[in-house]
Amino acid sequence: MGLKDSPRLLSGLSQPARTMAQRLVYLALVLLSVAVMILGKVDASKMERVRVVVTDAVAPILDGISRPVESINRFVAEARELYAIRAVDAKLKQENVRLLQWQTVARKLEAENAALRKLVNFVPDKKARFISARVIADAGGAFANSVLLNAGERDGVRKGQAAITGDGLTGRITSVGMRSSRVILITDLNSRIPVVVQPGDVRAIMTGDNSQHPRLIHLAPGSVVGPGDRVVTSGDGGAFPPGLPVGRVLSNSDQGILVQPFVDSARLGFVRLLDYGLKGIVETPPDQSGLTIAGKPGRQFEKR
Amino acid sequence: MKPGVLYRLDLLARNLTPFLLTLLFVFVSVIPLQIPGLSHIIPLLPLMAIYHWAVYRVELLPAYSVFIIGILQDIFTGAPIGVNALVFLLVYGVVLTQHRFLFGKSFAVIWVGFGLISGTASALTWILVSAWNVAIIDPSAIYIQFLLTFGMFPGVAWGLLRWQRTFLGSS
Repeated sequence: MGLKDSPRLLSGLSQPARTMAQRLVYLALVLLSVAVMILGKVDASKMERVRVVVTDAVAPILDGISRPVESINRFVAEARELYAIRAVDAKLKQENVRLLQWQTVARKLEAENAALRKLVNFVPDKKARFISARVIADAGGAFANSVLLNAGERDGVRKGQAAITGDGLTGRITSVGMRSSRVILITDLNSRIPVVVQPGDVRAIMTGDNSQHPRLIHLAPGSVVGPGDRVVTSGDGGAFPPGLPVGRVLSNSDQGILVQPFVDSARLGFVRLLDYGLKGIVETPPDQSGLTIAGKPGRQFEKR
Repeated sequence: MKPGVLYRLDLLARNLTPFLLTLLFVFVSVIPLQIPGLSHIIPLLPLMAIYHWAVYRVELLPAYSVFIIGILQDIFTGAPIGVNALVFLLVYGVVLTQHRFLFGKSFAVIWVGFGLISGTASALTWILVSAWNVAIIDPSAIYIQFLLTFGMFPGVAWGLLRWQRTFLGSS
């Protein structure tokens, strides 16, 4: 070991004393790691605060590093799309015909719905506000399923907001810094989401276990759930708006009821955060809560 | 004494690179590559670097920098804070006790040594995270992650050795 490279702090000591000191430092650091682990278990919020502060500080670095990768990914995706353009065109034409039929049906239902709503003085759902954010770190790993976003408190991100993509629900905001936030994915070990299985309106809790397929627990006894059934958020507990698509039931066996999420969490580039303006889990300033937001048009905020 | 100052600054910058490279590995391993399933089994790059520097240039990677790297790894990956710090420090400590045995040996010996130590480290991480969460985590992803880490080690070690020879000189 080179003597001249040792920390200046220890340079006045003799060799055996220095070795001793280094061992003590090592031991102290090991004990500190254990202490930090235990502290994180006992007082989770304090450790979460540390995580938020550090993540916030390095968010610009992560943002910078992830940008070229994002560009390459976009380029590859575009090249792939170009290659498949004819096949996609044919498929889209077919789909268009079918969708036009649906459009007719939807228009009719919309008119009917409006008429019926007028009839019963229906109070409409609160309009949600969107915040779009870019994924700057895929902190997946074998032990936790979460991603970091480049939007934080200053962009209106709040703890508890639902993170969605065009396909459906992908997770929930667990911690927020000034310019970054963390989304715990629905596949994470600590994710619990109240859902409804359709058809049949079976209420359940969807819980992750770090595998690709979350499972459904706490179903009412005797309820029937089969493969292919749609899973959507129930809105129970007020954490999420009801009816967000989550996934499909994959199998119902001895291992429990497994769900195939609609969102491929491995391919997250951008997510949208849904500010539903709910009190309780989602904290909103008084001027934005309740019915005031219902009157406002859905505000769209884009951050790239 | 202008040249002396410059020389010292240059040496300091060079000697900081083992820590900075290991830190870079922490950042690189959380880049969202958007390749399905990869984030679950992304090789443990920082562990490779810590093992490498602990074997070859331990004086340039003191225990406290290993601790910092471990804590940052925990913070970014969303693992319980302290787990990777502890595991990295233990790997570092084991390498130091085996330093006499590992140093100057052929690469095959160093690689096998890494296999044993990183395998134990993966198992330990699994136990710690499972205990912390009070739930048994599916170990298959961790197993594949270990295989990838083990398999990629020669490539990463080759790069680090080249760096070492070019910028750090001999120990």
